[in-house]
Amino acid sequence: MNKRDFLKGAIVFFPAGAVLHALAREAGSAEKATTGSPTPGYDPTTHWYGMGVEVEKCIGCNRCAEACKAENDVPPEPFFFRTWVERYTVKPTGDTEVECISVNPREARKAQDEREVLRTFFVPKLCNHCARPPCVQVCPVGATFSTKDGVVLVDGQRCIGCRYCIQACPYGARFFNHRSNTADKCTFCYHRVVKGLLPACVEVCPTQARIFGDLKSRASRLVRFQRMNKLNVIKPALNTEPKVWYAQLDGEVR
Amino acid sequence: MKLPDQVTRIAVVTAVLLAVVLLLRFVVIPRSYFSTELHQSSTVRREVARPVAFAGAAVCGECHEDEWNRRRAGYHKGLACETCHGPSAKHADDPMSAKPFAPRDRKFCPVCHAYDAARPTGFPQINPDSHNPLKPCIACHDPHDPVPPETPQDCSACHAQIARTKALSAHALLPCITCHTVPQKHWTAPRSALPSKPQAREFCGQCHAQDASNPDAPKVDLAAHGGGFLCWQCHYPHMPEGRP
Repeated sequence: MNKRDFLKGAIVFFPAGAVLHALAREAGSAEKATTGSPTPGYDPTTHWYGMGVEVEKCIGCNRCAEACKAENDVPPEPFFFRTWVERYTVKPTGDTEVECISVNPREARKAQDEREVLRTFFVPKLCNHCARPPCVQVCPVGATFSTKDGVVLVDGQRCIGCRYCIQACPYGARFFNHRSNTADKCTFCYHRVVKGLLPACVEVCPTQARIFGDLKSRASRLVRFQRMNKLNVIKPALNTEPKVWYAQLDGEVR
Repeated sequence: MKLPDQVTRIAVVTAVLLAVVLLLRFVVIPRSYFSTELHQSSTVRREVARPVAFAGAAVCGECHEDEWNRRRAGYHKGLACETCHGPSAKHADDPMSAKPFAPRDRKFCPVCHAYDAARPTGFPQINPDSHNPLKPCIACHDPHDPVPPETPQDCSACHAQIARTKALSAHALLPCITCHTVPQKHWTAPRSALPSKPQAREFCGQCHAQDASNPDAPKVDLAAHGGGFLCWQCHYPHMPEGRP
């Protein structure tokens, strides 16, 4: 290449760069146009959210899972859940049967023979909003992240739908939303929480088996729940530091 | 000292390349392409902008004062209105445009109150197949203040599982009040007045001690049998010697 060709190339290159720049600005304008706090009047650094579940209060009515679907526009098919309820049945033989009752909540469940049951109970499940979330670690494009107030969210515009996070979640809390073609999960009803409302599942729970609160506030119900109960989390050995605490949790619950 | 010509040239080329790279990185490519902070705040912004479907427990009482007060005094005091009536934020914003769901048939109440062994002990449960079939629940029970339409006459109305167990046991012929003193208030407000339970070994000894008058009951030597344990730590009184 001689000097003349180089300069000709440069004459083409710089306007092309300007066009690229304009396109890039256009594409990013949605994010650029809205500077400032995304949540006016609400400071996420002063909160740290979690949930408490009193297993013995759960009556397995499935109102939480239905409310979650109504609030968050979760696909209606009975295998997509942001929160769901499991029924554990421990047999005298030591076997444990787990059934997700949210799949078919209104169906009359066959009566169990009392002699076949050692103990049986319901366990509500949802995203644990881990303080050290494996799903965030594995996301190849940084689409999932923890907010400053401790909620794990998915950026639907950035998610490429690779499903790696769904595999990585040890709690099975994520699913693939076939409408948006992205990973989907519980947000602790972030849009309600920043407005001072409770998450929909907590709002409708008829027995107050679910307790939502802010660990940075001494007056929160969750802090009281943590003071008054012996607590456990699911799969503590994984060091994910879940923020959903269970009271009276049976050792069979996985 | 004069630098060699080729060094000067390569320095100029390097400087130009560096300038182009810096220009691309910081001017041409907008910040929104690589700033996680911007991505995250725009995700939060989208998340927060989503509509609310459940209005929350506080707003309903402003208009529906009667139902609100009745519910608050009864056994359903822990329920939010939207537990049964469904998401009602639209109705709260504009009461005339959207009416919330009102369950009136037999399908709804058993969602919570049908018998399931996994439900906690003491939670009121019925068998929908045998409990007044075909009658809607609200014909007898006010859902805002649910109580049985008449005072139950029999302990088994609520303690059905214990009654069934006891019916198969050696204690089948003993009425509940043999061992439990039931305050009158327990019939109408079960949790605010609890029946008594036996407190000491001597209570069982009234029938089972060697000098007891009851000829049918198996006899043990209270002083030697069972050491320091209370009778019901080994024998379940509603099914004293296990399953038949």
